[in-house]
Amino acid sequence: MKIHEYQAKQILSKYDVQIPRGEVADNPSRAREIADKIGPRVVLKAQVHAGGRGKGGGIKLAKNPQETEKIAKEMIGMTLVTPQTGPKGKLVKRILVEEALDIARELYIGIVIDRAKETPVVMASSEGGVEIEKVAAETPELIFKEYINPATGFLPFQARNLAFKLCLEGDTFKQGVKFLISLYKAFRATDASLAEINPLLITEQGNVLALDAKMNFDDNALLRHPDIKEMRDLDEEDPLEVEASSFNLNYIKLDGNVGCMVNGAGLAMATMDIIMHSGGMPANFLDVGGGVSEEAVKNAFKIFVSDKDVKAALVNIFGGIVRCDLVANGIVKAAKEFGLKVPMVVRLEGTNVELGKKILKESGLSFYSAETMKEAAEKVVPLAKQ
Amino acid sequence: MSIIIDEKTRVVVQGITGGEGTFHTQKMQEYGTTVVAGVTPGKGGTTHLNVPVYNSVADAVEKEGADASAIFVPAFFASDAIMEAADAGIKCIVCITEGIPTFDMIKAKLFLKEKDCCLIGPNTPGIISPGKCKIGIMPGHIHTPGTIGIISRSGTLTYEAVDQVTKLGYGQSTAVGIGGDPIVGLQFIDLLKFFKDDKDTEAVILIGEIGGTAEEEAAEYVKKEFPKPVVSFIAGQTAPPGRRMGHAGAIISGGKGTAKEKMKALEEAGVHVAKSPAEIGQKVKNALE
Repeated sequence: MKIHEYQAKQILSKYDVQIPRGEVADNPSRAREIADKIGPRVVLKAQVHAGGRGKGGGIKLAKNPQETEKIAKEMIGMTLVTPQTGPKGKLVKRILVEEALDIARELYIGIVIDRAKETPVVMASSEGGVEIEKVAAETPELIFKEYINPATGFLPFQARNLAFKLCLEGDTFKQGVKFLISLYKAFRATDASLAEINPLLITEQGNVLALDAKMNFDDNALLRHPDIKEMRDLDEEDPLEVEASSFNLNYIKLDGNVGCMVNGAGLAMATMDIIMHSGGMPANFLDVGGGVSEEAVKNAFKIFVSDKDVKAALVNIFGGIVRCDLVANGIVKAAKEFGLKVPMVVRLEGTNVELGKKILKESGLSFYSAETMKEAAEKVVPLAKQ
Repeated sequence: MSIIIDEKTRVVVQGITGGEGTFHTQKMQEYGTTVVAGVTPGKGGTTHLNVPVYNSVADAVEKEGADASAIFVPAFFASDAIMEAADAGIKCIVCITEGIPTFDMIKAKLFLKEKDCCLIGPNTPGIISPGKCKIGIMPGHIHTPGTIGIISRSGTLTYEAVDQVTKLGYGQSTAVGIGGDPIVGLQFIDLLKFFKDDKDTEAVILIGEIGGTAEEEAAEYVKKEFPKPVVSFIAGQTAPPGRRMGHAGAIISGGKGTAKEKMKALEEAGVHVAKSPAEIGQKVKNALE
């Protein structure tokens, strides 16, 4: 799960990670009040779930409270387009108003789970403030890493190693070590999957602060963290995806026009792939679960009906433990309830497949049937183009 | 022959009295798996599905000689169940449970390092040596005894591959789902090593998906030391970056873990890469001819 920058900073400050003074505002007069308190010079930052905000006009400096109010007026309610939002952009509902600080250096710190080593890794680089992927690809020697021993956690000497590599000195060094240790504590305690500070700011006075902060969390651990779960911002997500997640369906909206309904994540991805190989583009990823309950089929149909981009649909079910006749009954029932608004190709395979096909055929509904995944994809793609 | 499990394997089911545990234990028994015990803490001394239930895995090992375990306990208790099985001396632990927090698995894997056992999963359909033993939730009847080894990160897509090779007249020596999570037990390479030593496995199908670098590492291993033909398919060629495609492990992050990179690495290692999932069976046939 993703959260906003201001929320990440709230969490981090609980763990003594130093952040700039600031508050969140959802209207211009509130922004002005904050500037009165912490200003006069402040930075206004649009709160959306996307990076590259500066390039799209989502980060601006105001010299005084009057200017703060003026910029806030422009920014709140604007549609921010950045390289990460896609062309549609994102609506800015809130801004973070923070004290403007003098920048001496911009560094990078990130913590992620290293899958190959099966443990978190703390990464640091003096190349902060830029796209770290670019640094990693072009000059990987400029990214320093310390792997965590899960039994001991992040150790002080490891934090010192990184602080030395970042060429921190004196009191700044001490602050840097403390910052790193606090950041790891926050990462571990919240079951985060990512904690990224880019840039980590060193001020002219030598203070160390998180100028930006990004945190993602392990969805599987959210039940342990009700306070974080509450930070989910449904407005940042596709409404159909929100609906699907309330039905416990794995659904992701994509750009194409062929709706897919598949049981199992791997088979769902493979079905999307075969649609592409047949010259079409999938409108979504939709995994109704390996078990394909009748409820899941019904809810998947609901989503197809509400997605205007779906011009034809492909249902690909491999009935294993679940019998194909039960799946077929579920499909027929849902189709009768919600209507077959678009042509639908159904491919069933597995246990009791013949019975399942018979049920579809005798339903009186005009499904297109297919024997194999390939045939199904080749049938559905032209139907979507009609 | 087969790898890891065979007709002599003695299975204990952890979480046998729960809904999933009950349903799938019955299916395993119907398939012919020797289920010797169940474990549900607090229900020791009872009998379920004609199998004695114990309070701990250690008891099941001592009293019934269990050497493999199937785990069907809820996500927040599953890592504890894995460690309990390992501590009791279980050699093959199959964790079906989905949704275990990553840090729980990091801890469990650290614990397992000191133990002589192998973990399959979590979030896996399990492992099957057709005609001999099935530990998991896959439909037994689509499998046929034979000479193709299958290693996969997904469930139903594996069934699809099994079905394709069966229809072309090939059976399977052993089919293993390694699990869809970021941190799992046995990886592609570990299983390739087992298949390398299995005389009856002629070729291996490796079904990967986006996310992580396990497929690239497998490609490196195949290139260096795997002598048998390998066929591969990578799911998620059309997946957008930054989105979790159902499995916690299936995510392209920081531009890494794309299907394209994986397919390239495998092709360079001499693996027969199927671009479309419909070609998996045919590729096996071509590789063996």
